[in-house]
Amino acid sequence: MEEDITALPASGPMLSRKDFVSDQLVRWCPGCGDFAILATIQKLLPSLGIPREKYVFVSGIGCSSRFPYYMNTYGFHSIHGRAPTFATGLKCVRPDLQVWVVTGDGDGLSIGGNHLIHALRRNVDIKILLFNNKIYGLTKGQTSPTSEQGKKTKSTPQGSVDYPVNPVNIALASEATFVARAVDTDLPFLTEVLRRAALHKGLAFVEIFQNCIVFNDGAWAEVSEKALRDDTTLTLQHGKPLVFGKDKNRGIRLKNGFVPETVEFEPGKPPRDLLVHDEKAPNATLAHLIAHLERPYFPVPQGVFRSVERPVLHELIDEQVAQAKKAGSADLQKLLAGSENWVVRSA
Amino acid sequence: MSEINLKSQLKPDSNPGRIEELEAITIRFAGDSGDGIQLTGMQFTTSTAMAGNDLSTLPDYPAEIRAPVGTLPGVSGYQIQFSSREVLTPGDAPDVLVAMNPAALKANIKDLKKGGLLIVNVDSFNSQNFAKVQYAKNPLEDGSLSDYRVIPVELSRLTGNSLAGLPLTKVQVERCKNFFALGMMYWLYDRPMDSTLRWIESKFKKNPLLVEANHKALHAGNAYAETAEIFGHHYRVRKAPIAPGLYRNITGNEATALGMVAACHLSGLELWYGSYPITPASDILHELSKHKNFGVKTFQAEDEIAAIGSTIGAAFGGALAATGTSGPGVALKSEAIGLAVMVELPLVILNVQRGGPSTGLPTKTEQADLLQVLYGRNGECPVPVVAAATPSDCFNMILEAFRISIKYMTPVFFLSDGYLGNGSEPWLIPDAKRLAKIEVPSIPSSADFKPYKRDEATLARPWASPGLAGYEHRIGGLEKAEVTGNVSYDPDNHERMVRLRAAKVNKVVQDIPATDVLGPRKGKVLVVGWGSTYGAITAAVKNCQARGQAVASIHLRYLNPLPPDLGDILSQYEHVLVPEMNMGQLLKVLRAKYLVPAVGLNKIKGQPFKVSEIEAGVESILKGRSL
Repeated sequence: MEEDITALPASGPMLSRKDFVSDQLVRWCPGCGDFAILATIQKLLPSLGIPREKYVFVSGIGCSSRFPYYMNTYGFHSIHGRAPTFATGLKCVRPDLQVWVVTGDGDGLSIGGNHLIHALRRNVDIKILLFNNKIYGLTKGQTSPTSEQGKKTKSTPQGSVDYPVNPVNIALASEATFVARAVDTDLPFLTEVLRRAALHKGLAFVEIFQNCIVFNDGAWAEVSEKALRDDTTLTLQHGKPLVFGKDKNRGIRLKNGFVPETVEFEPGKPPRDLLVHDEKAPNATLAHLIAHLERPYFPVPQGVFRSVERPVLHELIDEQVAQAKKAGSADLQKLLAGSENWVVRSA
Repeated sequence: MSEINLKSQLKPDSNPGRIEELEAITIRFAGDSGDGIQLTGMQFTTSTAMAGNDLSTLPDYPAEIRAPVGTLPGVSGYQIQFSSREVLTPGDAPDVLVAMNPAALKANIKDLKKGGLLIVNVDSFNSQNFAKVQYAKNPLEDGSLSDYRVIPVELSRLTGNSLAGLPLTKVQVERCKNFFALGMMYWLYDRPMDSTLRWIESKFKKNPLLVEANHKALHAGNAYAETAEIFGHHYRVRKAPIAPGLYRNITGNEATALGMVAACHLSGLELWYGSYPITPASDILHELSKHKNFGVKTFQAEDEIAAIGSTIGAAFGGALAATGTSGPGVALKSEAIGLAVMVELPLVILNVQRGGPSTGLPTKTEQADLLQVLYGRNGECPVPVVAAATPSDCFNMILEAFRISIKYMTPVFFLSDGYLGNGSEPWLIPDAKRLAKIEVPSIPSSADFKPYKRDEATLARPWASPGLAGYEHRIGGLEKAEVTGNVSYDPDNHERMVRLRAAKVNKVVQDIPATDVLGPRKGKVLVVGWGSTYGAITAAVKNCQARGQAVASIHLRYLNPLPPDLGDILSQYEHVLVPEMNMGQLLKVLRAKYLVPAVGLNKIKGQPFKVSEIEAGVESILKGRSL
């Protein structure tokens, strides 16, 4: 973890998980993947040394968007799909705050897709956690933008005809400066990804595979179950070749130019032409290619796809305000008088 | 024959150079949208203001950026009335029409007063341009203009002659012709040219050749009007008796933006203005973005919803917050306005109204969003609404909107319209030191803090922004439990909260000043207006009063809640007449709330009322005729 912790606000008294637990009854369904994510964040935040009152959790509408009620921080449960817009205004007038957005696949990618794209391209200094369960939960089980084609739901009894989107690729295409993915069943890994997101200066986008036990149970089973995931997931490490499998005996390389393929090799002796991950690459081409690795032909990549630096929105705005202040004094009377005026004398 | 007819109109005055005194003049400049008509009009306005007249203007431009040259949809107009007396409107009908091409003539001639002066650029009167506007014959020669004093001017050729020798392209020469025309008008109405000469210098300071060319064209037009003896004599409109002080010319949109900067200064808060480009509100965003040195942050959002979302976020963060748009934008923002009502955060939503519904008439004015801003949201969702009456009044009312929003912790609507936003008038520049501070209420100690515990006098909840230790709390769009602000689905709590939110908005009545009544406190007819109809109503009612009629008027600046004295005032007159640029929206509200048999006078043409139209409405009522 290379980020500079000294860039964060000075630490207050030592806090613990219970300082971040609100007095509200958590109302997710028993067994919901959201519980694990909530507990992970409540545990992570005290370790970052940021005063509790500096955190604001902003959400839209959906199961995931109830998240702010359960955090004993500032919170704003807004309207469907628009959480990034509230977070943008808030962060730009209050750069001292740590603003987190919690959204879901319906909220963030369907009704709120436009706002997501623009928050990403502007590099607003906020963290966006997109809980992806490939279903609408709060409205009781309709197809979502990440549901697979053919998915039978209440609104698609013959199967969904819509082709799904890949949230990581949307983030990369929108020039996000930090893009990562984790699964709700691997909490140590999730914690590390979220820690890096928290420490990233700029927009950090994290897709979290999350299980909806009522309407889409087991949607991620193949990649989330401990017994399977070594062979079905690929953990990204900066500067390391793309290697996976229980025995670390498989890898990804390119053939015929830009077409990825899986190769098997003797453990410990990877071929030299394996793809090497570079999360700092100045353009997102490699990250895009990796993000397109999908089941059933490839393992699902998780970890940090991209982590680069670019000026953040509030600093650019503040810079213009500072420039304007340097260029002209704030004399209200002069402003009201304008450049063309005239005196009327009493007759 | 028509030729002879035309010549007879051009007979030189026997006493050239004579000056005739006039009380008021209305001039309309019209031409292709590429002809610089708005610019010409604004320059004439500045010179006229500096000459000491009272004035009012009406720019009227097409929605298309550049409609095909020479066609009717491409015609742009700018009307100004100036006078030695008080001026309240841009004038009902022009005394003078300057038409730069046949399309401008065709689109505007019906408005010119009989006997009025018609100045045309004959160089554009050719068969090609006639065909574009279905003129079968040259209207200058077919006798159809015999009711007017026609002054044909070879504007393009004369401008070209005046610039001979300068290394200019044909297009550049053509672009100077509006200054030639302006120079003529300056002579005709005895206006000083200094401010326009200065403007040219500053506008083209990087190109001395264009400064020279435009200066030359302006002077040449002025000299031509004097020496060619085509006008016979020129006119003088004496200074108007205006209250002494320092004045400037200001449009409603400028006054709105300056009011927002002032609000920033008066509250000590940083301003966040989140907006999405939309006619006719975009100029407010443009103007504000020039004043970042006052602590103004402007944000061009990805859409209308993001504009208000960012604004609500900024309000949560403790900033002075506003979002500006027009009717279609308000439609998109409606859900977020409901959220702002629920979370009780202070922000101002500006609606510079235009003709609707849907995309409607983007560049034309209307007052048809009143019911939208009062009622156009799901659930019981009351919001205070204020409306400016004149361009300069936008400054006062936007300040009032911010003051109410912060004092009562509520979104507030500020209504303007295309006529106010683009129209201009002289403004007595206020003394910044004497503007009332905008008080930001203090919050209780953290031990006493509850997110929805209300102030007794205002029913406002405390504005505790993130970052304060001990005040951590959550807000959102789900119904709030009274005091704690926790999510609550309790039926009794819901009814109580709905009533509390309404009661809070009604508390604003305690801040509304007594309503000014123009005219007798009792009488036959009371004319009730709101918004940009102020000028036409006031001028009309004064004319009625001058004829001895028992007619009065009031103009509402507070539309929700309505002024507490309104019911009593309405009851003092036999008839109540409500002129509106809609189908009768305030009328519905007044009839519902006060059970008065008020009648509407409605105009939905995208154009403001004429004084004569209001007078005719009053006359009809006095004579017992239906409208």
